Amino acid sequence: MMQLRPILSTLSRHKTAALLIVLEIALTCAIVCNAVFLIVNRIERLHLPSGLADDELVYLSISSIGRDPEGPANTLIDLAALRAIPGVRSAAIVNEIPYGRQSDNTGLNVAAGQKAPTFDVSLYRVDVGGIDTLGLHLVAGRDFKPDEVMDGREFDHSSDPRIPSVIIARDVADEVFPGRDPVGQVIYLFNDHPTRVIGVVERLIRPQPGNADRKDLRSIILPIRQTFNGGVYMLRTDPQRRDAVLQAAQKALDRKDGRRVAQEQGRFSDLRQDFYRSDVAMVWLLAGVCVALLVVTAFGIVGLASFWVQQRTKMIGTRRALGATRGQILRYFQTENLLLTSAGIAIGMLGAFAINQWLMTQYELPRLPALYLPLGALALWSLGQIAVLAPARRAAALPPAHAMRGLA
Amino acid sequence: MFLYYFDLALRSLRSARGLTALMVLTIAMGIGASMTTLTTFRALSGDPLPGRSANVMRVELDAREKATFVPGGEPDDQLTRFDAEALLRDKRALRQAVMVGGGVSVEPAAGTPGALKPFTSSIRYTTADFFPMFGVPFRYGQGWSAADDADKADVVVLSKELNERVFGGANSVGRTLRFDNADYRVIGVLDAWQPVPYFFDLNVGRYRKTEGLFMPLSVAIDRNLSQNGSVSCWGDGPTPNIRALDAPCSWLQYWVELRSPADKQPYLDYLTQYSAQQHAAGRFQREPNPRLRPVMEWLAVQQVVPSDVRLQLWLAFGFLAVCLVNTVGLLLAKCLRRAPEIGVRRALGASKREIFAQFLVEAGTIGLAGGALGLAFAWGGVWVVHSGTGSGAQWVQMDGAALVTTFVLAIGATLLAGLLPAWRACEVSPASQLKA
Repeated sequence: MMQLRPILSTLSRHKTAALLIVLEIALTCAIVCNAVFLIVNRIERLHLPSGLADDELVYLSISSIGRDPEGPANTLIDLAALRAIPGVRSAAIVNEIPYGRQSDNTGLNVAAGQKAPTFDVSLYRVDVGGIDTLGLHLVAGRDFKPDEVMDGREFDHSSDPRIPSVIIARDVADEVFPGRDPVGQVIYLFNDHPTRVIGVVERLIRPQPGNADRKDLRSIILPIRQTFNGGVYMLRTDPQRRDAVLQAAQKALDRKDGRRVAQEQGRFSDLRQDFYRSDVAMVWLLAGVCVALLVVTAFGIVGLASFWVQQRTKMIGTRRALGATRGQILRYFQTENLLLTSAGIAIGMLGAFAINQWLMTQYELPRLPALYLPLGALALWSLGQIAVLAPARRAAALPPAHAMRGLA
Repeated sequence: MFLYYFDLALRSLRSARGLTALMVLTIAMGIGASMTTLTTFRALSGDPLPGRSANVMRVELDAREKATFVPGGEPDDQLTRFDAEALLRDKRALRQAVMVGGGVSVEPAAGTPGALKPFTSSIRYTTADFFPMFGVPFRYGQGWSAADDADKADVVVLSKELNERVFGGANSVGRTLRFDNADYRVIGVLDAWQPVPYFFDLNVGRYRKTEGLFMPLSVAIDRNLSQNGSVSCWGDGPTPNIRALDAPCSWLQYWVELRSPADKQPYLDYLTQYSAQQHAAGRFQREPNPRLRPVMEWLAVQQVVPSDVRLQLWLAFGFLAVCLVNTVGLLLAKCLRRAPEIGVRRALGASKREIFAQFLVEAGTIGLAGGALGLAFAWGGVWVVHSGTGSGAQWVQMDGAALVTTFVLAIGATLLAGLLPAWRACEVSPASQLKA
């Protein structure tokens, strides 16, 4: 501590250089804190589970040339053919799948005649057994019964549809019926006809999840049998049999008179991977920039410290001649660096929160957690100490006689 | 004199190789990162209709219900069929077209070079002015006429790519193309045409490839061909037929071309007047709230550039700032170390100005080297973006402008970084340095 005063007086004679290093550390601190925060945010997004049996599913979609008047019947024939494929445990048709392009949404109401919906939910349409095929975990209630299921076309052309039952995701249940048993409760979807909740699945992600917040988990399942036009076949199988099943399924669906066109198909896990590809790229990019920033800053500290050591050769020599130990010289430079880094961190943290504030207005980002303050500070202090070590040791190693020689 | 300073700069830089390499590398990394993101940003935020974008504008009307009205809110960006047809009938702009995207299954006929399995193609259902309004180039034939729209003529225009796929690139005008169970006469084949961004319908993909087919909207509605993009309905209960003339659904994009930007206000007045009429007639529940936006303004309001790309741009320039501060510090250290040399030069008659110039040239030389290396980094970076899967990545490419910008940015930035050290250098007093 007693060394503080000479350090400050020396620094005051190198204001510009000192300010530059403080500024550099501040900028680095502000940017790195936000970049790391963005990385953590993206990684959270990447790891949001879908609720489905990701590794056991393949998907296929086909469409007819023009409208197929026999759509519903052909869908049943297709499903029977798909279920007959060796290795297929079960097959289902749905209107939309997670990470796919289709997304059907509507407002969920908890009271008849409600003016503005409680919130938007994504609508998955499945038949009996579809929940099991997708690998969704039913945590309460039951699956649909055959007499509850409505034909997809009938539903689409109905101006006043009545849907008797619905299965909701647990996240929806927690938001709409907090502290109550959701099974048996009533919601309203397209009109004022009540729809009863008959089951709850553990989790079901929306087709196009965004920021991994609760909005992404607002999905409900309706007992509607989709037609193959505008639907997706989902097959459940063993992970290692997915490719074989996919090939066989393509053949099975191609059996008709060639008046059908295959659309998209693949492993469900690949679809998920593609969906998150740009997020993964962004994580690597942000990480790269962080490393580059820290390296540049470290080199800046090394450069300036080396220069100061050179410039202060006489001073070091004098102090050594007057009895200062090597350790004291070493600590002198280390303390100086600690002071500069601390100033940079203080300014940088203000900057970090300012940038975060701006990012929050531009992107759907939460506030920077306070935990980043001590962690960021610790990281930059260590960086500064490591960077200054070599120049400081060189300074400490200067023999007093050699250092004094310059003094005329 | 410049050459002499340049020579001095090279000598000085050589004398401190490590430091020089460090500065050049720092600048190069900053420049490489900035140029990669800047090139990406420019490619994705470019003008899709160079030369005409100022006169081409998107029309928006507020036809929604009162219940969800928010004061100062934006209207729907798409129109209902009723409004689109009404505006089209009035013909108050130089050109006007209504449009929506879709998908059809094409069945190449036996005997054509593309006789292959049926495939799905994207299609745009639109009206006659689409082609002249957007300046779409034709390789063969031409677009259809307003009479074809009215008569619901079974005609189709092919993109260059689709014509190559089905007809092997030959002049297919007059031939027949079958899709969705009906035959259509080919009346035109486009030349290469790729708007980036795909500005006229952002709902079918902001940076997508030009759609494969174009046909009259009236025919598509008649035949109930399938459509893509976004549909927004209001009113009570579901709407079984969203394409009915009186359906409370917005699903059509409406564009106009005016003679000059000066005609914008009169046309907007017309839209306000139209909205007021509809309001008086009870069709529009809300007060008139139209919008008329030229292409570039429309793209800006729609925030067409992916937010990640904008974030990367900020990040890269933040990084460049750190690199520059770092360079200022290193240059300063280096130049103060040379105080004795400066003293000698000053004593021998060099003016402050000459010292200042000498140090700026030295900074600029670092910039030049940093720019050259940075260009290599940027080239690599742009290549990585280009071969990636990001939205619109395929249109990101290094061009002449990017090349020039790289060097201007690199040299400009280092000169800026060199100002402070150069000023400190020329303030060195000769006497104090010579004494030592």
